[in-house]
Amino acid sequence: MSDPAPNALRRDVTPPEPIQPHESPVAPARPVARTVGAATPERLACAVTVERLNAWYGDQHSIKDLTLSFAPNRATALIGPSGSGKSTVVRCINRMHEEIPGARAGGRVLLDDHDVYGPGVDVVAVRRAIGMVFQKPNPFPTMSIFDNVAAGLRLTSRKVGHDQVERALRGAGLWEEVKDRLSKPGIGLSGGQQQRLCIARALAVEPDVLLMDEPASALDPISTLKIEELVEELKARVTIVIVTHNMQQAARVADETAFMLDGELVEVGPTEKIFTNPDDSRTEEYVTGKFG
Amino acid sequence: MSAVAFAPISARRRRVDKLARGGVALLTAVALVPLVLILYYLVKQGIGAISVRFFTTDPTGSFLGDPGGIKSAIVGTLLMVGLATVVAVPVGVGVAIWLVEFGRGSKLAHAVRYFIDVMTGVPSIVFGLFVYITLVLGGVGGSSFAGWKGSVALGLLMLPIVTRSAEVVLLLVPNALREASYALGAPRWRTVFRVVLPTALPGIVTGVLLAIARAAGETAPLLFTAAVVNATAFNYNDRMNSLPALIFQNVGQAQNRLVTIAWGAALTLVAMILMLTLLARLIQRRSRLS
Repeated sequence: MSDPAPNALRRDVTPPEPIQPHESPVAPARPVARTVGAATPERLACAVTVERLNAWYGDQHSIKDLTLSFAPNRATALIGPSGSGKSTVVRCINRMHEEIPGARAGGRVLLDDHDVYGPGVDVVAVRRAIGMVFQKPNPFPTMSIFDNVAAGLRLTSRKVGHDQVERALRGAGLWEEVKDRLSKPGIGLSGGQQQRLCIARALAVEPDVLLMDEPASALDPISTLKIEELVEELKARVTIVIVTHNMQQAARVADETAFMLDGELVEVGPTEKIFTNPDDSRTEEYVTGKFG
Repeated sequence: MSAVAFAPISARRRRVDKLARGGVALLTAVALVPLVLILYYLVKQGIGAISVRFFTTDPTGSFLGDPGGIKSAIVGTLLMVGLATVVAVPVGVGVAIWLVEFGRGSKLAHAVRYFIDVMTGVPSIVFGLFVYITLVLGGVGGSSFAGWKGSVALGLLMLPIVTRSAEVVLLLVPNALREASYALGAPRWRTVFRVVLPTALPGIVTGVLLAIARAAGETAPLLFTAAVVNATAFNYNDRMNSLPALIFQNVGQAQNRLVTIAWGAALTLVAMILMLTLLARLIQRRSRLS
């Protein structure tokens, strides 16, 4: 390997901006073929490639040899019945999986061409490049709205300006609703607003990839709709991986859809194809509601 | 129109409900009786001793003449409990952080937790004896009885209380918050200091106050570590008076004036702890609103 780029994930090599591989001169040219709603992105995000990923919870082998890639500036949905390993895949991408006691993972997860699981890679740098939104809104209860958005930057010891917070809140479609009460506690917002606050918090760090683990499953229909609209807008800046158990949601927001069953990838393809003309009979049975 | 008629509450359920409510109310009243009586007697017996002079003069130690005030005891209690708090709280909270955030599930953590539980059950006089044997008899620091040795005994007493209560509160901090912080790329230590500790702060403060109140009221660990003296001392290497020790000394005297002094000192001690609690709550509320 004469390519020096894998070092980009090492914090000691490039401290201020840990991962910007797409700006690296050695980053390979990326195909920009887009089909659905393909406006030119404001900012070219990273592709994510999962190669032969295996994950365990103790003795339970929950992801089996999964290979899957997520195109840059696109939204990919992971669907499948409960326990099929959708969330685990997402948690392996930003190495949150290993935070659970007894959990481990093996294989490769590439951010463009840098292995997230490579030797010497700083987990902290990985998570700064790959943001995450959780199932239940989890704003920091002791912090104001402003501080919640600023938290990502402050927690990684960077200075925060008002304009950064405003940009993140605008990006999450929350600015107009909270601009007059930025100093109020974040937990005073409604559930849907809290979830968008969490999205703003993730965006403030300017990640290349945003992982969304059932981001709307705890929300009412109107808040869900707002989150879905947001996913469409966010594609201009980040690559989105969204886990959902709601197939209509996958059909509405995702460019690509991957169907998982028992820790294995059954099928992946353009969302329309998966929902209308899947290759695998199991996919068809699932999307038509025969099981799961 | 449906014709469903809801049956009225049966007479039996009414009776059981009344009985249960009455029982709970009665038990509450029973628990309140001694509490109210303590406060009542404290004020009744102690208020007579209270005057400006009571707080500004040292005890004279004379049995027949003017008994003086309790200044040295107030100063000694404040100094010794203060030093013990300053040392025991960071250590105790640190142990709790290690137990919850870093050592969770490890064998060492189990051992540490076990020893802390044992320490919580150790009678306070044992801490006093321990300090007496190791520090007082050994003449460590060039003194026999000394204020700082009293602080050591009180600190040892506070440590398990602070640790145990802080650990419980840290365990209550939802894991979702830690995950949110990690997912933002925050290192572990920063997550602890910026997310976990602020969330747990009100509970930790409560535990600390409990420990302070307990230490401020302890007599046994001070009797043979800081001794009982009359003069006010500001030097930690000198013998220091304390409110509980002064109460202990005066309440057994066959002199009504000295017994009154003990009541007054007890009232002062309770008032001091009450004020401390109120102050902490006030600070806490203010810092949370901003």
